Amino acid sequence: MPGLAVKQLQREGLGPVELQVGAGETLALYGASGSGKTLLLRAIADLDPNQGEVTLGAHARNKLPAHRWRTLLAYVPPESHWWAETVRPHADAWDSGMLQALGFTPEVLDWEIRRLSSGERQRLALLRALSRQPAGLLLDEPTANLDQDNTHRIEALVRDYQRKHQAPVIWVSHDEGQRKRVAQRVGRMQGGRLQ
Amino acid sequence: MNQGFIALSPADLLIAASLLLITGFLSWRLQLGVESRLLIAAARSTAQLLLLGLILHYLFSTQSGWLIALVATVMLAVAGYEVRARQTRRLRGWWGYGTGTLSMLLSSVTIALLTVNVLLQPSPWYHPQYLIPLLGMLLGNTMTGIAVAMDTLGREAWSRRGEIEARLMLGHTASEAIAEIRRGALRSGLIPIINAMTTAGVVSLPGMMTGQILAGGDPMEAAKYQLMILFLIAAGTALGAASAVLIMSRRLFDPRQRLRLDRLAS
Repeated sequence: MPGLAVKQLQREGLGPVELQVGAGETLALYGASGSGKTLLLRAIADLDPNQGEVTLGAHARNKLPAHRWRTLLAYVPPESHWWAETVRPHADAWDSGMLQALGFTPEVLDWEIRRLSSGERQRLALLRALSRQPAGLLLDEPTANLDQDNTHRIEALVRDYQRKHQAPVIWVSHDEGQRKRVAQRVGRMQGGRLQ
Repeated sequence: MNQGFIALSPADLLIAASLLLITGFLSWRLQLGVESRLLIAAARSTAQLLLLGLILHYLFSTQSGWLIALVATVMLAVAGYEVRARQTRRLRGWWGYGTGTLSMLLSSVTIALLTVNVLLQPSPWYHPQYLIPLLGMLLGNTMTGIAVAMDTLGREAWSRRGEIEARLMLGHTASEAIAEIRRGALRSGLIPIINAMTTAGVVSLPGMMTGQILAGGDPMEAAKYQLMILFLIAAGTALGAASAVLIMSRRLFDPRQRLRLDRLAS
């Protein structure tokens, strides 16, 4: 079962951090802004220089080319960026079932990015990441711009994906209710360390 | 009829220089604030060109291979410095200087050497009358293309970091993540020379051809030389800008394919 294990992970302003998330398990993280939540997720995804070991199932991060690692373990940041004009080119294949689950019709794929609301962008950014079939997820406030309905849709979608793929998930959330709903374990970040 | 060569007297130059007073007056009157920069630039070009004239005069008489190599090296070094100075977001440390200089060495110097050895074949091949002006033309023009390409790459990578990282997060390789920006940078570096070739002889009379005609050369011969120079410059710019963009875009990532904007000076 592909659990996520982080050993002695550190960089400036972070760690060392040790943590494990089992297959299909969710670890929720919270903490004041600047406490290192985003630094931690970015370091796990190997987006910033850092030291330490991270493994996902049988895969060791330091033995995989970085782009393969990031395909395996998707990091979804709080603010999404888009490079093409419309939605469609941002993923090779969009799952129509998942689009529907988040309240979209397939026409959304031809919409222009600049006309999307921040909430629409956030939901589509999650779908874009899931379209690469990652084995694990690092979600950085995935429902920050969303109303209650859409928040619940995202939670249900992630839960389904997680069950199907036995994916470990780290979920940063400021909402205590959400942490209770989605996570089996909760950790608090403070001063770059996991409490 | 062809009038032959009319030598310029110092008085001729003085009259031409006095025209700068008009520019200075305009700058003062319209409060453009470029009077002193104009004056310094004019003084610099006077000193530099007269010095170059002296050096070339001496080079022609001695034809020392070492001295020619030294002059060529100095030209390359200054061009490299100039390329670095024209970038807003340049690579830190030696990379900032080295990338542009190496790219010019690869393009301008090799093309100049190719030209004297295969096309013109003066004797000796390093005859300064051919090698130095050719190298100057090539360096001066590829310098612009390389500087524009590197400047565009640095600024775009900086301002579009979100897009680049979004791609990395989705498992794209560093090369895929920056491919579009790299293409745009290369394109912007090549536009000036493409425009120059498009309008050559219709809108603008290229500087070298003008010079050759003014100096009493046959217009057809001048046109042929100008054509050769344009082709060489186009090839040199493409080669130089491509290598500069390739080196620089690689340097923007580390072996773990992380975007390293800390390697750009802000």
